[in-house]
Amino acid sequence: MSFLLGKNMTGGYGSTDILHDCTIGVEQGEIAVVVGPNGAGKSTAMKAVFGMLNIREGQVTMDGEDITALTPQARVQKGMGFVPQTHNVFTSMSVEENLEMGAFIRNDDFSGTLAQVFDLFPILKEKRNQPAGELSGGQRQQVAVGRALMTQPKVLMLDEPTAGVSPIVMDELFDRIIEIARTGIAILMVEQNAKQALNIADKGYVLAQGKNLYTDTGEALLADPDVRKAFLGG
Amino acid sequence: MDILNALAVLLNFLVIPALAYGSQLALGALGVTLIYGVLRFSNFAHGELMAFGTMTTILVMWLLQSAGISGGFLPTALIAMPVGILVAVLLALGTDRLVYKFYRKQKSPPVIFLIGSLAVMFFYNGLIRFVIGPDDQNVADGARFIFTAGDFKKWSGLAEGIAFRTTQGISIVVAILCVAALFWFLNKTKTGKSMRAYSDNENLALLSGVNPEKVVVIAWVLAASLATIAGTMYGMDKTFKPFIYLQLLLPIFASAIVGGLGSPIGAVVGGFIIAFSEIAVTFAYKKVIGYLTPGDWVPDGLIQLLSTDYKFAVSFAILVVVLLVRPTGIFKGQTI
Repeated sequence: MSFLLGKNMTGGYGSTDILHDCTIGVEQGEIAVVVGPNGAGKSTAMKAVFGMLNIREGQVTMDGEDITALTPQARVQKGMGFVPQTHNVFTSMSVEENLEMGAFIRNDDFSGTLAQVFDLFPILKEKRNQPAGELSGGQRQQVAVGRALMTQPKVLMLDEPTAGVSPIVMDELFDRIIEIARTGIAILMVEQNAKQALNIADKGYVLAQGKNLYTDTGEALLADPDVRKAFLGG
Repeated sequence: MDILNALAVLLNFLVIPALAYGSQLALGALGVTLIYGVLRFSNFAHGELMAFGTMTTILVMWLLQSAGISGGFLPTALIAMPVGILVAVLLALGTDRLVYKFYRKQKSPPVIFLIGSLAVMFFYNGLIRFVIGPDDQNVADGARFIFTAGDFKKWSGLAEGIAFRTTQGISIVVAILCVAALFWFLNKTKTGKSMRAYSDNENLALLSGVNPEKVVVIAWVLAASLATIAGTMYGMDKTFKPFIYLQLLLPIFASAIVGGLGSPIGAVVGGFIIAFSEIAVTFAYKKVIGYLTPGDWVPDGLIQLLSTDYKFAVSFAILVVVLLVRPTGIFKGQTI
């Protein structure tokens, strides 16, 4: 049983289901990647795990505890960090204030975590007093990931962290994500750039129409001729 | 040519009154902009909230005066103001509980809140008239002047005097103190930052663990406090008349929108822009031109661009131009 697991999830935003018996999960210190065509329910599956949409069937567990009924806020308290795909920084606030807001629920001294985030993303230290809205797309993503790390989460969930950034920046972001996973944090992410993402993934989930199509290690999925043909462009 | 006397006229009749009026507008606009930033609607009841806070202050002031307590050379209303603030805060929080909270739960669009605030406005309106009546009330007592036109003439030897009324001085000083305190709160404290975060990106603030109800409560506390202070300053400087406070809504909203709705610094700058425009456009320049040109150049008229009856047209015109040309305002607020 995985550290974080959304098991047999069925549900959607309204009366129609988007997810059908979908299962995704991740181990501590590992990276799990959810890929699939547009409209496959990747982001929806992620939101279901985070509690942003109600699931009719199935359950979400973390560290063996059933958290299906918890609100997203309560899940943050339990040690989940979530980076939305868009609108994921406070644009009018400085980089440092963004990170401070990440640590809002903490009442202890978080200067150590702040230093860690600045070590991980040195550019943020340089631009700490600049409003986050003035940063480039890649730098904003770093702020967004940094903000989520400020609670010292056990699980970090990223919804398309490389959307809209250049390939070079994407590689850099992936490097940072590997570094974060090495500290023991479980990383679950949805990615549009399937090939590159599966390359760094310990586990991969291929979704289509809200169902699990293939589940395997990243390496195995990349090697699977069916997956290559259908989703990775040969 | 007599530049010094011309400057004295301008200072006395334009700059000092505009600074005082601008301070009052800035305080009012700050409340409007805070509510807009956090609750995302234009609170049309803000003018009446100002009137309510001022009314309570006046009632307490009368109580103090009848007990023989006065502020010395300062207006007694200043001592009564904390009670006015407290009661206005309670009224605002009560209103939020009874009216706006319901619509928040329904996740109603901003226009529903706006119409709700209109209803609240009419309610406050009636309440105020029921308690204190529609008439003029004198709010200012204590020393009338910090220095009078006569003092100034004697000191400077100029033909034109400059008078500085106590209430004008208090308006300016209180506005500076309030703005400094508010900016310190918003930029330096954890709660203030969480308010800015909530205003900037509600969903992300929720993800960060910010409690929306707490932010809303603080926004009302600040808005009602600022409204009472602004209303009392205006009442001391001019007069307290409920109808005038209703009319003040236009320049206050113009200030908030010109500066950029949701932007506190914008509200302050907007307040002074509106105040200076209103007074500069309705100012009679005849005397100034008389001092600056050889005597026979002065025309017969007052050289007033608009009669003071039209001062609200100035706010309105600025408002329309800003909404057409730069709807986000000077400091990039939200568009409405």
